[in-house]
Amino acid sequence: MSGPVLEVRDLVVTYTGDVRTTTAVDHVSFSIREREIFGLAGESGCGKSTIANAVMRLLTYPARIDAGSISFGGQDVLGLSAAELRRFRWSQVSMVFQSAMNSLNPVLTIGEQMGDIFTEHTGCTRRSARAQAGELLDLVQIDRARLRSYPHQLSGGMRQRVVIAMAVALRPRLLILDEPTTALDVVVQQEIMAQIAQLQAELGFSVLFITHDMSLMVELSDQMAVMYAGRFVEQGPSAALMHHPVHPYTRALMNAFPPLTGPRVPLAGLAEGVRFRDIGDLAEVAPGRWAAPLSDADRVRFEKEMSA
Amino acid sequence: MTTAPTIDGLRAETGEDAVPAVTRPAVRRPNRSFVHGLLTNRKATFGAGVVLLFIALALLAPVLAPGDPMRITGAIGEEPSAAHWLGTTAKGQDVLALTLHGARSSLFVGFTVGILATVLGVGVGLASAFFGKVVDEVLSLVTNVFLLVPSLPLLVILAAFLPPGLTTVILVLVLTGWAGSARVLRSQALSIKAKDYVAAAQVSGERPWRIMVAEILPNMASIVMGTLLGCVIGAIGAQAGLEFLGLGDISRVSWGTNLYWAGNEGALMTGAWWVFVPSGFAIAAVAFALAMINYAVDEVTNPRLRKVKHAGRTGRREEGRA
Amino acid sequence: MRYLTRRLGFYLVAFWVSVTLNFMLPRFMPGDPVSRMMARSTNQLSSDQIVQLQRLFGLDDRPLWQQYVSYLDDMIHGRMGVSISRFPTPVVEVIGSQIGWTLLLGGTSLVIAALVGNLLGIVAAWRRGGWIDSFLPPVLIFVGSFPYFWLAMGALWVFGLSLGWFPIRHAFDDGLQPGLSPEFLGSVATHLFLPALTIVLVSIGGWMLGMRNTMIATNSEDYITMAQAKGLRPSRIIFRYAARNAMLPAVTSFGMSLGFVVGGALLTETVFAYPGVGYQLLAAVQGLDYPLMQGLFLIITSAVLVANFLVDIVYVRLDPRVRVS
Repeated sequence: MSGPVLEVRDLVVTYTGDVRTTTAVDHVSFSIREREIFGLAGESGCGKSTIANAVMRLLTYPARIDAGSISFGGQDVLGLSAAELRRFRWSQVSMVFQSAMNSLNPVLTIGEQMGDIFTEHTGCTRRSARAQAGELLDLVQIDRARLRSYPHQLSGGMRQRVVIAMAVALRPRLLILDEPTTALDVVVQQEIMAQIAQLQAELGFSVLFITHDMSLMVELSDQMAVMYAGRFVEQGPSAALMHHPVHPYTRALMNAFPPLTGPRVPLAGLAEGVRFRDIGDLAEVAPGRWAAPLSDADRVRFEKEMSA
Repeated sequence: MTTAPTIDGLRAETGEDAVPAVTRPAVRRPNRSFVHGLLTNRKATFGAGVVLLFIALALLAPVLAPGDPMRITGAIGEEPSAAHWLGTTAKGQDVLALTLHGARSSLFVGFTVGILATVLGVGVGLASAFFGKVVDEVLSLVTNVFLLVPSLPLLVILAAFLPPGLTTVILVLVLTGWAGSARVLRSQALSIKAKDYVAAAQVSGERPWRIMVAEILPNMASIVMGTLLGCVIGAIGAQAGLEFLGLGDISRVSWGTNLYWAGNEGALMTGAWWVFVPSGFAIAAVAFALAMINYAVDEVTNPRLRKVKHAGRTGRREEGRA
Repeated sequence: MRYLTRRLGFYLVAFWVSVTLNFMLPRFMPGDPVSRMMARSTNQLSSDQIVQLQRLFGLDDRPLWQQYVSYLDDMIHGRMGVSISRFPTPVVEVIGSQIGWTLLLGGTSLVIAALVGNLLGIVAAWRRGGWIDSFLPPVLIFVGSFPYFWLAMGALWVFGLSLGWFPIRHAFDDGLQPGLSPEFLGSVATHLFLPALTIVLVSIGGWMLGMRNTMIATNSEDYITMAQAKGLRPSRIIFRYAARNAMLPAVTSFGMSLGFVVGGALLTETVFAYPGVGYQLLAAVQGLDYPLMQGLFLIITSAVLVANFLVDIVYVRLDPRVRVS
């Protein structure tokens, strides 16, 4: 197998506030291989989306990348010029945002918003861009007549499928899915995920999959990482993390959703008030399995809280 | 020191909580940090300083320029000199005295009208948002009609039919000035009304006016402040315009009547710039200072509008979007 | 189209309110300025004209509701009486001969201020912290703090009287024959320059700041991030994605600000003796010409209402969401 598609090393992202600066992503490293689905799990606000935006260099003030490297297929993403960056975006990495309603412009038609991907990246005519946009809609089983529709005229699931179709328009090597189904109801969620899985099988892109839905993540991803307060606390093959979580936070997450099969077990989340501080660097606990060591203070507090 | 708006703004902007979830209280109390933000904002302190200076000058006018400012104290149309720092008018009145005394009426009318119009606007806006249905329909209709009817012609016909005097000026300016704030406050109150803590208060059986005064109003402090400032600015300008047209009380000294007389006595044609420049500058200075405070209010409550600090070496603000 | 019908209904209500206000003012206000006006000018008025003015201002003995019905009828048919200050021209004719100049002055300055102001706002929002963003807003707020008429006086004094670059009064040189000759048009343009400039200067800051703030809000929308992720050119993102949306509130305030610009134009006209309705309004105030004042109020209001309806039609074209709802 060739080298990784995406390689992130020691990434640090901070948000500058008036009073203090917050580190949203703190020395995070991971890589995604060809055709691999890499899951990134963690609670809201732990820095998952910030990583996604950093990979596409979409972070703007007050967020900034303070240290680390992001390399894509051997290319240094952080060193790209403005013009190179524009070519890089969407043709190499594309992204499906959390809310399709908000990521589609309400006053432009679907056709215009799909078409300009082609006119801008391939310099083709509007007519041909429109034809290609039509083909994309075929790909996600939406009627071509919808090209003339405005976002508010489509259902939530349709809008998300349009956005997914747009994401694969230029056959990128990596697709970032930033909680792609959070805003949708369960039935539509299933459809969308099946759609993505089918497209991935057809087109063979790698996926960076961000969610806080652990069951979905374990089901779909090959490798995964668990993030807490800007730090990775555990990383490794999804099945291994699922069955043998090392870090207490991972354990709590894995226990926070009901298993689909097997006997009924009571759910046990993270007890109220449990916080981890000073999360150390990941250490290899088994081949390909990494976990952050628990500081002594955290261990003491954690055990006390959990037994209480 | 914690500034709630900053952290909230950060969340709104990035869609993420920058710090691991802390339970936030249901009712935000932005007031303390709001006041603090204003006090440390340079635009706000500058604006407040200028406004206070003018208020002080207005209060001290009888001391600084004793006697009736309308009386003739010098030669006709004198240029600024040591005796008359700002020169004299075509009648021989001291321009400095007129300007100082003019501040009294202009600021009094400006602030009175601003406060009354805001109170009316808050009342109408809150009632409209809170009672909804027919009340809202009717009040919104009235508000929109008043917003749409061009205010200066309306001012003119109202002032023309009412007996001349300060009360008329104030009444007319309040009538034409409240609608803008009512509209802004209505939509703000509507969005606050949709918040859970208001629903909680309703369910727990609090009376409507109490919910409005105790739950909704405190959370609109910055908007009310913004509309108040806007109303005062508008009132000072409108009063000047009305008086410039000769529709005010021309026997009373104000910046507007000063300019009316300057125009009537041909200050422009004789090149007597010192007659019309001071009052105009005074109006502009006060309006500008109030606008700066307003600007600061916006910045404090909406961190996105704040000045962008330039990102450092790795700051990849490629398209300069913030 | 339900949206437009609703708006039209609203404008009719606003018009009715204005007419009713006109009807009520002379009838319910303390004092009786109209009788005084009539007394002063009885010798020049014909008996027909006196009767008409009495009907308009409620000095006849008919019951109020009859007066109201006939007043509405008079207004709808443009029977607004004769002007006292421009005796014996009917009010409608006085206004008709002058409203063109006000439309020219107000329209030109409004369009220029809105276009330039919005463009500056777009640039300022996109280049946050650049010189346009940090330097221009305070300067424009400062300029905008001056009363319209004062800035007009300043411009007239500096550029008209002291430097002599521009004419200081009227809409074109005396002795020129109105027509489409280049000479006449040139004269109109030079006379238009200073009054229009003052209105533009006072109002441009509001446009710029409004657009800047909406653009900043729009820029943090997900669809802008998406457009950037798509690798679109900045110019396309700015105009096609951000400004296209940020424009919507600007279009609404365009309609709203018409009233203010009319007010500003009125004051500016009085300074430059520009022969529009504002200059006429001053003459009406000074000549205690109540029929003309009321007529001006009604015509100006109607013009603003019609303009707002046109803005609504444009808005419907721009925002697909209101087309259905």
